[in-house]
Amino acid sequence: MTLQDLRIAVLTRAPRPNVWDLVALILVIGAMVLIVYGGEQTTLPLSALETAPVSLDPVHLPVYALRTTLRMLLAIVCSTVFTFIYAAVAAKSRRAEMVLIPLLDILQSVPILGFLTFTVVFFLNLFPGRVLGAELACVFAIFTSQAWNMTFSMYQSMRNVPKDLDEASKSFHLSGWQRFWRLDVPFAMPGLIWNAMMSMSGGWFFVVASEAITVGNTTVTLPGVGSYVATAIEKRDLAAIGYAILTMLLVIIAYDQFLFRPIVAWADKFRFEQTASGDAPTSWMLDLFRRTRALRSLTLPFATLNRAFSNLNIVWPKSFRLPAATVAGPPSRVIDALWFAIVGISTGYAAYKAYVYLSASLQPSDIYVALSDGLITLLRVVVLIALATLIWVPIGVWIGLRPKLAERVQPLAQFLAAFPANLAFPVFVFIIVRYGLNSNIWLSPLMILGTQWYILFNVIAGASAFPSDLREAASSLHLEGWRWWIKVILPGIFPYYITGAITASGGSWNASIVAEVASWGDTHLSATGLGAYIARATEAGDFPRVVLGIAIMCVLVTLFNRLFWRPLYAFGERRLRLG
Amino acid sequence: MLDPTKQQSALIDIRSVSRSFPKGSGEDLLVLDKVDLTIRAGEIVGLLGRSGSGKSTLLRIIAGLIAPSSGNATCRGQTIQGPPNGVAMVFQSFALFPWLTVLQNVELGLEALGIDAAERRKRAIAAIDLIGLDGFESAYPKELSGGMRQRVGFARALVVHPDLLLMDEPFSALDVLTAETLRTDLVDLWIDGRLPIKSVLMVTHNIEEAVLMCDRVLVFSSNPGRVAAEYKIDLPHPRNRLDPVFRQLVDTLYERMTQRPIKPPTMENIQANAGVGLVLDHVSSNVLSGLIETLAAEPYNGHADLPVLAGQLQLEADEILHLGESLQLLHFAQFKDGDLVLTDAGKRFANLETDARKKVFAEHLVAYVPVMGLIKRVLDERPSHTAPAARFRNELEDYMSEEYADETLKTIVSWGRYAELFSYDEQSETFSLENPGVDEGHG
Repeated sequence: MTLQDLRIAVLTRAPRPNVWDLVALILVIGAMVLIVYGGEQTTLPLSALETAPVSLDPVHLPVYALRTTLRMLLAIVCSTVFTFIYAAVAAKSRRAEMVLIPLLDILQSVPILGFLTFTVVFFLNLFPGRVLGAELACVFAIFTSQAWNMTFSMYQSMRNVPKDLDEASKSFHLSGWQRFWRLDVPFAMPGLIWNAMMSMSGGWFFVVASEAITVGNTTVTLPGVGSYVATAIEKRDLAAIGYAILTMLLVIIAYDQFLFRPIVAWADKFRFEQTASGDAPTSWMLDLFRRTRALRSLTLPFATLNRAFSNLNIVWPKSFRLPAATVAGPPSRVIDALWFAIVGISTGYAAYKAYVYLSASLQPSDIYVALSDGLITLLRVVVLIALATLIWVPIGVWIGLRPKLAERVQPLAQFLAAFPANLAFPVFVFIIVRYGLNSNIWLSPLMILGTQWYILFNVIAGASAFPSDLREAASSLHLEGWRWWIKVILPGIFPYYITGAITASGGSWNASIVAEVASWGDTHLSATGLGAYIARATEAGDFPRVVLGIAIMCVLVTLFNRLFWRPLYAFGERRLRLG
Repeated sequence: MLDPTKQQSALIDIRSVSRSFPKGSGEDLLVLDKVDLTIRAGEIVGLLGRSGSGKSTLLRIIAGLIAPSSGNATCRGQTIQGPPNGVAMVFQSFALFPWLTVLQNVELGLEALGIDAAERRKRAIAAIDLIGLDGFESAYPKELSGGMRQRVGFARALVVHPDLLLMDEPFSALDVLTAETLRTDLVDLWIDGRLPIKSVLMVTHNIEEAVLMCDRVLVFSSNPGRVAAEYKIDLPHPRNRLDPVFRQLVDTLYERMTQRPIKPPTMENIQANAGVGLVLDHVSSNVLSGLIETLAAEPYNGHADLPVLAGQLQLEADEILHLGESLQLLHFAQFKDGDLVLTDAGKRFANLETDARKKVFAEHLVAYVPVMGLIKRVLDERPSHTAPAARFRNELEDYMSEEYADETLKTIVSWGRYAELFSYDEQSETFSLENPGVDEGHG
């Protein structure tokens, strides 16, 4: 990222330290120490986990929280690197694009905990006997919850770079490498950061879920908030769950204040608009660092380094370059044919391998079972989204039309969306067990516990953005009651609502794997559904059924998105987008 | 500037360069047809033409951003392949990087050349000073006004000390006063010899701007783009817009731009040279009505001098010509020696009420716009009285690019709706005769 922009102002000031330097210095050193401490823990042998099992003493929670947070950090770094490479290749090479983009689309609909089942075994074998393997498996699970939509966002930005800036960078002889860092990345930045934040929200859920995992005979319990909760469930300790929830609350607030706010405020300059907009996002952290003197001159070497990095004389391989100043002649058919052949053969081989592997242990009846379970989960998702809509749309509209209230509620709704709802599951399970409720019905709401907030905060955003002249026109025309809802506000918030509902629906599918099965001590609850199917197969180490379950979920999610959400989204964007 | 030794060497040499773009139907659309152009050191050359005359395409060929389909384009004797060294460009939309400060934007071109930091800073500061941006070095583009932003655009281009400065309608996104200040500042620097450049090539559709700044103006004709005429302008700088010679030149250029090179558009041959394949640029029927009323009223009484009319309506030459052409197409007015003259139908139209106007408009559409007649006929003939837009779009794309077909279709829908010739459903993209205006309830 470009720190160089701080540079000019730095030169004009005296490098005498001030009090802000001290505060910032302590923050920086503190962060370094914590990272090193957390990192040291990961090189311990795996047996260390068994000798020092997760303790329910709340004294240990800060360290657990640190471990969990570091996993998140590592994952977001990996996701960013992956995003830059994958999106750049897809955007610059037509042939790669043909494969990479559909692949991304499918990867997006694979349930994240499904990845975990396979990667735990893979990473443990990669670093036999080390905690590192288990750590990497966990980080990879978070990575899969973040990378795909970040990559999509980056790819779309790179394809939509404004034509004049594209021409300017060519005209001023920027090399491909320079152009990437000076044009593509900055232009993609706002979308990328927004998506990273959304990914982060989802990420907490999965870091918690993946810290304590059993795949067949392998049980891994990584020290962290997630495994703390898992232990608490085992020991039926409701108070410990309360501590965990409180810790997570603080962690998310800290993460937001120390990491994302500063980044969002800093990235405001990348927003592609020619006029300054009303209120720019602010961050006290960034202000603090901007107020420091000596520390800022310390960033000077970084700025120079960054400049040197983005000016490196690296040229894209010729095939990755966009056809620049050439007459766009027809692309070579021979290479195209070769490429298609390679893709076709690999696909065929993969299909054959999958068939052989699955047919060895699966009967056609298995497909029937998985599919009918899938349809039950689909029904759950539909009903839950409908219920959440009925509840949150009126409330969201009511809040959104009151700017003062919206200003206060909006961060809360966003916070709730980020909060890993699975930490709160035990509370619900406790109640279900206590009152002997039907788990097929009462476990279902857990699926949407964490994701319903996306609907709420999108609807609030939509209602807040609703033009006041239209509201005034509606009231001067005496549009009231249901007519006002149908003709005025619902069409007005529709595009926002759809965005929220798509996110909520995707999240619910993912959550089904942990929501449809639950336990409290020795009591195990299970609802019929695809999530429970995958969860059971994972616990039994039954890989063919895990694969089958994931494949069915992939198909259902993709079809549901293509046939239901996308047409609605397109309709909203075309007809109902205001301004 | 007019050093004779400098004039010998050709900076840019364009020999029978053509360029075509793929059209919707698969064939290519010729936008630039066998153009010749030579740019020598020490001159400001203007390319003047309507939109779609290929002048921007020619500029981009010289900038190395587009390759010619045929012909030869060289820069100092070297065939242009990719952006040549020593050529810098100023953009209509400024094309500043919003995440870089003024100073960083200006330094960008130097960085790409691998010039070291100290030298870079020195040259950037010098360019910023020259162009009158001192004090704005650390500002971001979005904090600046349009005029200041374009100054950054100039500084960024000048800092690389190019031999040739290309300008793509550099003042057209600015308001009138700002544009004038920037033009005179630039001309002053040029005549003082303070600009680190040898020549300027600018694209414009503003006639007065061309006469004010250029030593040589090439007038382009449209479809396909050709050089229709070349004018040398020997007036000394600074030029006075009120100077009779200046006015005379402006009038001449207006006249030249309203002429068609091959078939001048008179009433008789307009149908002959424009069938279904006529590109219709969208002009609102409100604007057309307003223009007819203005022409009919005092002081014009049906006869207006184009520069005067453009001045009163604050329109660029390109825009007024565009409006005039639409009126001419509909036989409400016609161009005559650089003037716009209302026809009898136009005069009648000016005095009618809304409904009567719609009726006359409808008659003229069917009579003089071939594609309108076609749609009306098809709708009348079909038993269902409906037809998908795709049917006409395909026909249009036989003659024009997809983009133009879209624009033409948009015009057809807008004019047809006003004239109540047919209705159009945007969702299903269908034309129908079904009582226009009543389908609102279930639509």
